[in-house]
Amino acid sequence: MSVQRRGRLQAFRITVFVALGLFFVVPLLSMLDFSTRVIGGDGRTWVNWQALWTDENLRGAIITSLLLALFTVVLMLVLLLPTMIWVRLRVPQASRLVEFLCLLPLTVPALVIVVGIAPVYAWVTYFLGDSALTLTFAYVVLVLPYAYRALDAGLSAIDVQTLAEAARSLGSGWGTVVTRIIAPNLTSAILSAAFISVALVLGEYTFASLLNFENLQVVIALLGKSDAGAAVAASLASLVFASLLLIAFSFLGRGPRRSKEG
Amino acid sequence: MTHVATRDAETRLGVELRLEDLRRSYGDLYALDGLSLTLAPGELVALLGPSGCGKTTALRIVAGLDEADSGRVVVDGRDISAVPANKRDMGMVFQAYSLFPHMTTQQNVEFGLKLRGDDRGKRAARAKEMLELVGLSQYAGRYAHQLSGGQQQRVALARALAIEPAVLLLDEPLSALDAKVRAQLRDEIRRVQLEVGTTTLFVTHDQEEALAIADRVGVMSHGRLEQVAAPSELYARPVSRTVAEFVGLMNRLPARVVDGRAVVLGASLGLLEGSISSGEGTALVRPESVEVHAAERGDARVVTVSFLGPITRLRLATSRGDELVAQLASAAAAGLEPGSAVEVGVAETPVLVIDAG
Repeated sequence: MSVQRRGRLQAFRITVFVALGLFFVVPLLSMLDFSTRVIGGDGRTWVNWQALWTDENLRGAIITSLLLALFTVVLMLVLLLPTMIWVRLRVPQASRLVEFLCLLPLTVPALVIVVGIAPVYAWVTYFLGDSALTLTFAYVVLVLPYAYRALDAGLSAIDVQTLAEAARSLGSGWGTVVTRIIAPNLTSAILSAAFISVALVLGEYTFASLLNFENLQVVIALLGKSDAGAAVAASLASLVFASLLLIAFSFLGRGPRRSKEG
Repeated sequence: MTHVATRDAETRLGVELRLEDLRRSYGDLYALDGLSLTLAPGELVALLGPSGCGKTTALRIVAGLDEADSGRVVVDGRDISAVPANKRDMGMVFQAYSLFPHMTTQQNVEFGLKLRGDDRGKRAARAKEMLELVGLSQYAGRYAHQLSGGQQQRVALARALAIEPAVLLLDEPLSALDAKVRAQLRDEIRRVQLEVGTTTLFVTHDQEEALAIADRVGVMSHGRLEQVAAPSELYARPVSRTVAEFVGLMNRLPARVVDGRAVVLGASLGLLEGSISSGEGTALVRPESVEVHAAERGDARVVTVSFLGPITRLRLATSRGDELVAQLASAAAAGLEPGSAVEVGVAETPVLVIDAG
């Protein structure tokens, strides 16, 4: 490649990087500007940001959404990971069916799902109470397609069959095979599935709103009508939190391999 | 053929492994059709055969990774057919690289011992011993991706042996390696097996590998054992066309059987068991049994000459239109070139004569 061509390519890369950077950063900076502006006056104020922990409703919604994210990730992994490993090892002929079932929520609009599961939730509420945390079940369905794709990519990258058989021949039961052999080799895939689930749950509005539960997005929407500054601060905080989570997960996922090579 | 001397049967430490009338079908296809085989304590038996002959199925059934439709697997007198794979006490080395990628070499070797509840000190000592046995003690801290293919298979062997298994199962462990590493590791596996004395079942489709490494070789075809014999016996006295053609190169020459002897290229030869009793047939003759002499008025011609170091392989065509391969010491083949006229004969060795069809 000639020097001139390489220079042009480099310039193109920088242009794309800067354009995309601005596309993402400008709205965030605008949100920060808006949420710290003193209405009708000069200077800056952190009152809206302080509301994140002083406003009881908002604080409760943040905690609810974080707990929902945690429970969704845990339940999703507990259900999906052993199922997918089992299907690969013992019933590969069922893999298409499992894939179809997992991807199904992607093809059905959230609104339609909510209408469908509303009667089911009457029973969920009856048995488990009316805590917003019961949304976990609906959210597991919501994140299923994305988590499935992430885990499937991870499983395809390793020879699950041979690793499992090697572990079995050395004396491992199936539980040990999953927890000590397969799962540690899927760290990146598990983290990806977890992250995408967290991001989806933190940004989810439709399910919670239509099922009459209060999560972060529902409270932000309500707050937006009375206190736009605090609502924008909460939105920005959740966006930044999700972004930091992404960065942290991507470093965590790469960590072990780096240290191996060193 | 690199054949390592075997240990005296009395000094072997292994146990007897018996496969009794194993049957396994996948739909209409019979992968195993009544396979029976007994391995003496400490013996290394190679199951040899083309893809799909059932050899890997047999090994997986012994390992407990597959289930037979009927038949029994008996280890040291105990029927283990219903015992799950993780309780069978079998060490296994796989065709595909099977080291756990998130563990170091040492952790891989220690894994089976950890499951058995051995303490840290005992595990470390055993892992060290095993890694020394396969010559990789300096790689204890490395991960699989930092090892070559040959090294990974040696660690897999150390890991399989670390648990002191009753039986060692080797499922084409060399097939992913290049030729040189393959030959080295083949001898290494044999050395280690003799040293630890574990009864070993080795599956391969490479006849050279099987002949070089095993005490006995079982040739499989269509889910059945065609012949089980010592490598030299198998090579010199194949009992069927399948065995003769699968083990080593084989010429198919027209023959006539008269009075219990075969006439091949004008030579009168003894008959091997399994031959036809009279009439016209096809003799299966090894290339090294074909004799070639340069002769201006010879009735055969040299078609190609392949120099293979100590030996030279000649492809020949007779005036009758038969093609055959001869294998000579390179010194004896000096001066023979493509187009040279030669006289062809067959050395006085018993041959298998089968129906001409």
